[in-house]
Parts: sequence; structure tokens; C-alpha cells
Amino acid sequence: MGPDFQLFLQQLLNGLTIGMVYALIALGYTMVYGIIQLINFAHGEIFMVGAYLGLTAIGIAALLGAAVPWWAVIIFVFLFAAAGSALLGGLIEKTAYKPLRGSPKLTALITSIGVSFFLQNAVMLIYGAREQNVPEILPAKQWDVAGISISLIQLVIFGVSVSLMVFLTWFIKNTRMGKAMRALSENPEAARLVGIPVNRVIRTTFMMGSALASVAGVLFALNYGSVNFHDGYLAGLKAFTAAVFGGIGSIPGAMLGGILLGVFEGLGAGYLSSEWKDVFAFLILVIVLIFKPSGMLGENVPEKV
Amino acid sequence: MLELKHVYTRYGKVECLKGISLQINRGEIVALLGANGAGKTTVLKTISGLIHPATGEVLLDGKSIVAKTPEEIVRLGIAHVPEGRKIFQRLNVLENLELGAFVRNDTHEIQKDLEQIFSIFPLLKRRLKQKAGTLSGGEQQMLAIGRGLMSRPSILLLDEPSLGLAPILVSSIFKMIDQVHQQGKTILLVEQNARMALKIASRAYVLEIGQIAMEGRAEDLQDNPVVQDAYLGGG
Repeated sequence: MGPDFQLFLQQLLNGLTIGMVYALIALGYTMVYGIIQLINFAHGEIFMVGAYLGLTAIGIAALLGAAVPWWAVIIFVFLFAAAGSALLGGLIEKTAYKPLRGSPKLTALITSIGVSFFLQNAVMLIYGAREQNVPEILPAKQWDVAGISISLIQLVIFGVSVSLMVFLTWFIKNTRMGKAMRALSENPEAARLVGIPVNRVIRTTFMMGSALASVAGVLFALNYGSVNFHDGYLAGLKAFTAAVFGGIGSIPGAMLGGILLGVFEGLGAGYLSSEWKDVFAFLILVIVLIFKPSGMLGENVPEKV
Repeated sequence: MLELKHVYTRYGKVECLKGISLQINRGEIVALLGANGAGKTTVLKTISGLIHPATGEVLLDGKSIVAKTPEEIVRLGIAHVPEGRKIFQRLNVLENLELGAFVRNDTHEIQKDLEQIFSIFPLLKRRLKQKAGTLSGGEQQMLAIGRGLMSRPSILLLDEPSLGLAPILVSSIFKMIDQVHQQGKTILLVEQNARMALKIASRAYVLEIGQIAMEGRAEDLQDNPVVQDAYLGGG
């Protein structure tokens, strides 16, 4: 295997890793859009809050001393961040979006931008404006497979993301709540007529999307080793791009869009310039919006916001 | 068992229903006739809680349901099969029927009701795993009625079940509605096809721009020259 091909595989792997994170965030955008046709611009901030909650959880775990194995710490950190973000997501829906139901879509959209500012500043006040280091709770293991290096954190990102995506797919397809979500996203009036508790389904959608984003936040923080209160902005925009790329409203679309976006970024960074990697994401957004606004797997052309 | 008293409904500033009073007794099929825009669908939406009237009362067995949500009203035993079917196209036939039973938990009884629905609409049984959007218009209407029945309602509100169907299907849909009725359901039927509706109904109301213009037994209305002129194509 030549070095060229090795570079390709290495960048592909790096791209897939970050793509998984984008996919997890993109799911929240697409689920919420599918159900109430809202682009929830505060969603990226939930990702960031998730990262900070993870940081807090690591702090709590550290108080227990070194007796706890690293995988138990990781599980605790994920559960803590996911539960906290789910509650936060539910609370935001209840206080910020629910009162606006039935008002013009632009109102809710602008509100979501407001919520986004609110969360950024709240986190800045609570945790401080400086970048925070994330303690290394994973053993710094790394493997060489045919000249490509794979780290333990990459494996964790893959394992956790794939499991969550498989679980979500199963949940949407098979559970009562999942069917209610699909029904509501397709025809709200008919959903109400069969007795689906619309408010509860919307709330649950927000909570699930938030939990996924916060897990992504923790993975991101563990991977880069630091968090900042404005990390959610760029990650959120990219995940939104991924959701549009895949077809907003489509769950498999968000997964595919996120992963592909990560791969483009990884390859772009490897072959062109890593300083331009953020440009690729938004170039994709522009191209998709011009040529196929319904995205790869989307069924309907999204309405203009 | 179901009664509307002086119901006024507005969409914004437009008054849609201007003092509707009507009554449906247990075991009846009551037809609600009228031209486009007369307010027929609004009456059904008011009953099922999609719209709340400005003033007036909706009573089920003497109790007001006027402030209740659609979900609560389904639980009380009123199922509304909306105009244009509004089935969940991307879900399969079985999932549509399951969602019809969303407010119920009695798995065993739900299974029984499924079988009963298949006995009325045998076509659906053969298409269980098919996406509902790929069904023909007639099949979709059967599915919509089946989905409504899955909540085990005592009253079924049917909005234009014959709309957009081929004539041969129209008569078979009406036969099926009659069958549903014989199994003990009370039905409020909104129809433009007055001829067919009056055939299976026991009583009927004629709605004109938000008011009840006429009411009576179905056979009397069938013979009424005004009704014949306006709704039965000159008889």
C-alpha cells in the first residue's frame, strides 16, 4: 500500500469520525424540522451545553477518586450530559417555542436565534469565557492498522454514534412514540384526530434531539480536549448543513449527510488545505440549495424560511 | 347522544357557522348535506375539537365536550374520518390502523377489532405491509374509515367518504358504511352525494351558508322538491 493511499485512508477515517459527530447533531435538526417545520438554531448550543455538562460530570467523577474504571466514567458522563440536555431541550420547547405554536414560522425561527444567544451567554457566565481543558479520561491508546493510526477515542466515537443511530432508527420504526412522531410529521391534523398527544410528542422530539446533540458534544470535547462557549455555533451550522444536504426532515438523510460532510471535510483538509475545511461545508450547503434543495433523501422541497 | 346547541364558529372574522343546532340519536345514520362552503366540514371539526366554537354547546350524552382537545374527544368515543382521507401515506396499512388505536391499551381487544375491520374491508388485509400512499383512492378511503374505527368509537364522523371515487366504488363504500352502522355505530355523514347519503341515512340536515335550512327524515327529504332541485340534480 503506497503512502498516497494511506493518506487517503487516514483522512477518510478522520473525516468519518467528525462526520459521526455532525450526524448526531443533524438528527436533532431534522427531527424537529420534520415535526414542527422549525429550524431550531439553538440546537448547536445544546451540543455545546452537552460538552460542558460532560465536563461537569468528569469533575463529579473525579471526586470519587481513581477507583472507578474509565469506561464507567465515560458511561456516567454520557448519561449525565444526555439527561441534562434532554431536560434543557424540553424546557426550551415549553418556554420558548410552545407559546409560539400557530404563529408565523419566522417568529419561532428568530426566537431560536435568541435562545441560542441566551445559552451561549449563560454558559459563558457559569463556566467562564476562557477555553476549558477537558481532562483525559480515556487511556491514550492508539493502534496502527496498515499504517493508519486509530485512537481509542475514535473507536468510542464510532461505537457510540453507530449504536445511537441504530437505536434511533429502531425507535422511530417500531415504538408507539416513534410511530406517533412519523404520523405527526406527515399530517398534524390527522395525528390529532387519532388522538396522538401532539404536545407530548413534540416535547419528546426536542428531548431526544437534545440528548443526541449532547452526546455529540461530549464526544467532540473528548476528541479535541477542550471546550469553549462558542463551539456550538460552527458545529451547529455544519450539522444544519448536513441535515439540509441529506434532506431536511429525513432521519437517514441526516445520518448520511453528516457522515458525508465529515468525509468531504477530512479529505479536503488532507488534500487541499486544513485552513479551508470550514469552507467546504458551506460550499456544499450552497450547492445543495441551488441544485437539489430537497437534499439527497428528502421527499419534499423545504419551504423557504 | 350527540347534540349541538346554537353553535357559532369563526375563522378569523368570518363567521362559518351561524347558530347550528342538531341532534344525533344512538344508532342513527344522520346525513349532513349542503353545497361547498356551507360549513359541513366545520361542523365535524367543531365536534371533534379541531375547532372551538365562539359560542354554543356540544354535548355528548348530556355532557359538554366543547372545551376538550381532539385527543380527549377520541377517548370519549368520537372518531372523525376527515375529508380527503388524510391517511399517513408514508406509513404502511397496519401502522395506520395501529395509530387509529393510539388512545387504547387493550392489546387483545385491538386485535379483535382489527379482525372485524378486515371482515368489512377484506382488501386491507392483503395490503398490510404496503405503504398507504400506494393504495388506490377507494382503498385509502377504506383505510381511513378503518383507522377511525380502531379507536372503537360509538360515534363515527365521516367527511365526504365518496369524494373523488369512481361511481362503482362509491356504491361499495356506501355499502361498507351501512355495514359499519349495522355493527352498532352511530354515524354522522357529511356528503355532497346527497342521493346516496339519503339512501342509507335515517335523518338528514341541509346546511346553507352556516345555517340549517332544512331537516327531516331521509325519505321525506328525498321527496322534497326543493331538495330534489338543489341537491339531487332535479330528481
